[in-house]
Parts: sequence; C-alpha cells; structure tokens
Amino acid sequence: MNFYVKRILMTVPTLLGISMITFVLLQALPGDPVQGLAGDRADPAVLERIRRDMGTERPVVLQYFGYLKLLMQGELGRSHYTNSCVRSDIARKLPNTMLLAAAAMVFSTVFGILLGIFMAVFRGSFWDRLALVLSTGGISLPVFWLGLLLIYVFSFKLQLLPPAGMGSGFGGLVFLVLPASTLGLSSAAALARITRTSMLDVLSQPYITTARAKGLSTRVVVFKHAFKNTLIPVVTLIGLDFGSYLNGSILTETIFGWDGIGRYAVEGIFQRDYPVIMGCVLTGALLFVLVNLTVDLLYGLLDPRIAYAPAESQS
Amino acid sequence: MKQALAFMRHNPALCASGLVITLLAAAAVCAPLIAPFDPLAINLDSVKQGPGSTHLFGTDTLGRDIFSRVVFGARTSLAIGLSATALSLVIGLLAGMLGGYVGGAFDTCITMITDLFLAFPSLLLAIAISVLLPPGLLSVTLALCLVGWASFARLFRAMTISLKERSFVEAARAMGCSHLRIMARHLLPHCLPVVMIAATIKVGGFILAESALSFLGLGIQPPEPTWGAMISLHRNYLPSAGWMVVFPGCAIALTVFAFNIFGDCLRDRLDPNLRV
Repeated sequence: MNFYVKRILMTVPTLLGISMITFVLLQALPGDPVQGLAGDRADPAVLERIRRDMGTERPVVLQYFGYLKLLMQGELGRSHYTNSCVRSDIARKLPNTMLLAAAAMVFSTVFGILLGIFMAVFRGSFWDRLALVLSTGGISLPVFWLGLLLIYVFSFKLQLLPPAGMGSGFGGLVFLVLPASTLGLSSAAALARITRTSMLDVLSQPYITTARAKGLSTRVVVFKHAFKNTLIPVVTLIGLDFGSYLNGSILTETIFGWDGIGRYAVEGIFQRDYPVIMGCVLTGALLFVLVNLTVDLLYGLLDPRIAYAPAESQS
Repeated sequence: MKQALAFMRHNPALCASGLVITLLAAAAVCAPLIAPFDPLAINLDSVKQGPGSTHLFGTDTLGRDIFSRVVFGARTSLAIGLSATALSLVIGLLAGMLGGYVGGAFDTCITMITDLFLAFPSLLLAIAISVLLPPGLLSVTLALCLVGWASFARLFRAMTISLKERSFVEAARAMGCSHLRIMARHLLPHCLPVVMIAATIKVGGFILAESALSFLGLGIQPPEPTWGAMISLHRNYLPSAGWMVVFPGCAIALTVFAFNIFGDCLRDRLDPNLRV
C-alpha cells in the first residue's frame, strides 16, 4: 500500500484510542457524566437529548459509541460556569495558541539551528562546551519560572516589553516576544543539541573531506554541502516538539495572560470545569496527532527512501 | 583513593552532578535536621524578610522560612521523581520486554497501547488524570507514571527485539533456560545501561512535570511545601520580594540540571555510540 495512505489510516486507531481514554476519564468523574458534559445549568431538554444520544442506561460499550457519535458531531459540551459552548470557545482561542506556538517555533528553529551549527563547527572548544552546558540548562529550566523572570527583567526593570496581554495587528507583535521566547527556549536548546550531533555526523563523511580538499572555505562547506543533510533529524524534532509547545503553552499562556486554549484549560482546572478540561485535552491530543502525521508525511518528501522502503519490501 | 582521584579528574561533570544529586538526596532525607525552622510555622512578626543570616533565603508573606521550605520541598520533588521513574520503569519493562519477546498479536496490541499514550501531549494527560484523582503524593506519582511508562516500554521493546535473535540467547535456550530466565538473566542485563541513562534523564523530566503540576495547583496541596506551589503562590511578589520566587525556581533548575548532566555523562561513559 502507498506509504502516505497507510500513514493516514494509522491515525484512525490512535484517534479511537484517544476517545476511549477520555471516555474512561469522563466516566471516572465525580457525579453524573451527562451533567458533567452538559454543565450544571443545562436545559433539561439538552440533558435529555445527550442522555438519549449516550444512552446512560445502556451497557458501557454502547455508551461509548454514543459518546463517539457526540464527538463526531463536534459536541464537547458546555462550560459549568459560563454555560458557553466549549467547542466555540476553543475555536475562538485556538488561533491564538497556534500563533504563539508558531512564533515559538520560529524562535527555537532559528536560534537552535544556529547554535547547533556553531557548536559543531567549534567542536571540543571552550565555546562548544559552554554552549552545551547552557543548552542542558535550557532544557532544565521550568517554563513558568523562566516566564516570570523574563517578565521581571524585560518589563519591570528594563521596561522594554509589555508583561502580559495581547495586541492586534503589527503592534501586537511586541506582546508576542516574551511568551514566544519563553515557550521556545527549551525547544531551542533541544534543537541545538540535535543539530550539533547531526552536523558532526555529516561533517565526518567523505564528501565533506572532498569539499575541504578542494579548498572550499568552512562557511561554504558547512552551509552549502553539509546543511541540507543535517536537516533531516532536525525537522523531525521540530515536529515532535510540537507536543512540548502544547505542554508549555498551558503554563506560558497562564503567566502571560494569553487568551489561548492553554489558559482556557487552566481556568477549567481551577474551577473544576470538566467539559472545558476534557475539551482541551481532546483538542490538544487531536492537534498532536495531526502534527505528527504531517511530520511523517513531510519526512517522506524530505527523504524519499522512507516512503519507498516499505513498498519495496512488500513487492 | 588514587584511582578515585584520577576518575574524578577525568570525569569532572559526572562527579560534580553526582555530588549535587547526592547532596540533594541527603538534604531530602535529613530535611528535619537541616532545616533551621519548621517549614509550616507561620510567624507574622517576620513577614517578607530578605535573605539574611537568620533566614538564609528570606521569609514569605506568612513569615515562613523559605530555606526550610525549599529543603522540605526537595523531599516531595525527589520522592515523586524517583518513585514515578521506578514505577514507569517496571511497567515499561513488563510491557515492552514481554511484547518484544513474545511478538505476534500480543506485541501489536502492546505497541498500539504504547503509541496511544505517546500520542497525548504529556502534561495535558497528566493534568487530565490528576484532576480526577484526589490530590496527593500518590496521585501525582500515578499521573506522571501513566504518562511516562510508554517511552520506557518502547525502549525495552526495541532493545529486546534487537537482542533476542542474538546467539547468546539461542545458547541460553539450548541450555534449557525458561523464557522467564532468558528475559531476566540474559536480556535484562543488556538493556540496563541504556535504560539507566534514559531513567536518569526521566527523573529530571518528572521533577519538572511535578513542579508544573504543583504550580497549577494540582500537585501536593498547601500548606505542604512544594517548589512549584511556592513559585505559584508568590509570583506577584517578584518585583518587590523576588527571593520568594527565585530560590524555589533555582532549586528546581539545579535539580533537573544535575540529573540531565548526570544522564549525559552516563551516556558518554556507558554508550559511546550515542555520544553527542
């Protein structure tokens, strides 16, 4: 079967599994799961409809299918507190989270790759070691603490950037700087390390020796000859790291007052607003699955050997 | 003694990070002996005092000694980090090695479950689980472990599959070893170095995740001191009384940093193929 079709089909069991886990979590909630889904102030008619769709008196397996049907219709329930529809709340906040994640991704990709190349080129030197220790430090910092410190330094002391909130248009970019760098720092550190390893690996190959022997400068060798081949593991990590952006956005958005699904989830947690929490968990997992899918498909394009290998082995 | 000194000279980072971890563990175990004050004792006469000779790290808004609270916080963090790692190692070992060894439909099933748990953003899943469980040491450990076992399972499975066709396993089988014995005495020792590296780094990851959970109010509940909750509680005082936030954060960063460096150095020593 075609690699791409197969990879897309593989997401189906994963999505089913995710819905199963959230279903089990929903069952484990204190109180009536239907009430939990609909909200305390729900209209009795709505309760009745959900109850009918889920069929609470039916066996658990059938209830699961009812739940699945609700999910397919995009029904995530209503918030206990505001009684607003979780789906439309998420739809409104998701673009903000995506914007923040994209900005963090740009930040971490640019700095991570540059630092990684720097370390590989100056391998073994003092600067390489220092950067290696710093990048380990970057992975070790708690995101929420880093965010608070950045706010303190850049907003209170230097008064350069706004501490929290969001703007619109180009003026809004100022608001993006601190949250995006907070969110992107640990990924940048991880990327720097993988870029370094990958670059060192490529630099030890014979064609690089040839290029050097031709008398090319280090700059040309690194950026023209080695760079593209370095990218393959790096691109995978950029994609895989998306999960860490989702994790980090929960904390970053809370600190910077960013109106995305991360902060929405935290508000849900503080108010024990279960439909909100479950909606955010489902959305996050769905996003993560979609991003992993995209990365795998892209990976096939970047490195054609991957897409063709399974097909060959089958024929 | 001479050998030990030579070892230290050649592996300064390994020894330094090992020393930090040992000191942290000692501080956690002997917390009541080290902490000069009761971490829960409220003293409204000494509120928001800066770091000084009486209160090494200052006091918080209720006059509690921050140093004592950080020391007691090490208890929680290390206890959760280590026990969650141990527990997820065991689950990962059972699932991954059995799946890889037995193969077939059983393996496919285990792999699917593993992939499923890896498909969730980890903190999000940990949050979902800890919202349901009554907050406490056990539920945080359980939530982290449910999130973390899958990566160990994947590691054990990959290693078991690559090892089980090797001739030493065949020899063991020819000698009449039971499957259990082959797994425990022949496969497991080969997996250990790589798994130990992953586990060391995982401890750091779990401590970070625990601090994030307690920052969000989902960890051990106040007044018990945890690093994450201390930061969360006093975050608004950062401009005026920064020590309340800076010291707990440094404690988290230092601990996680030590575990990460230790893991990296272990990798360099035990597994030269993976050298960064």
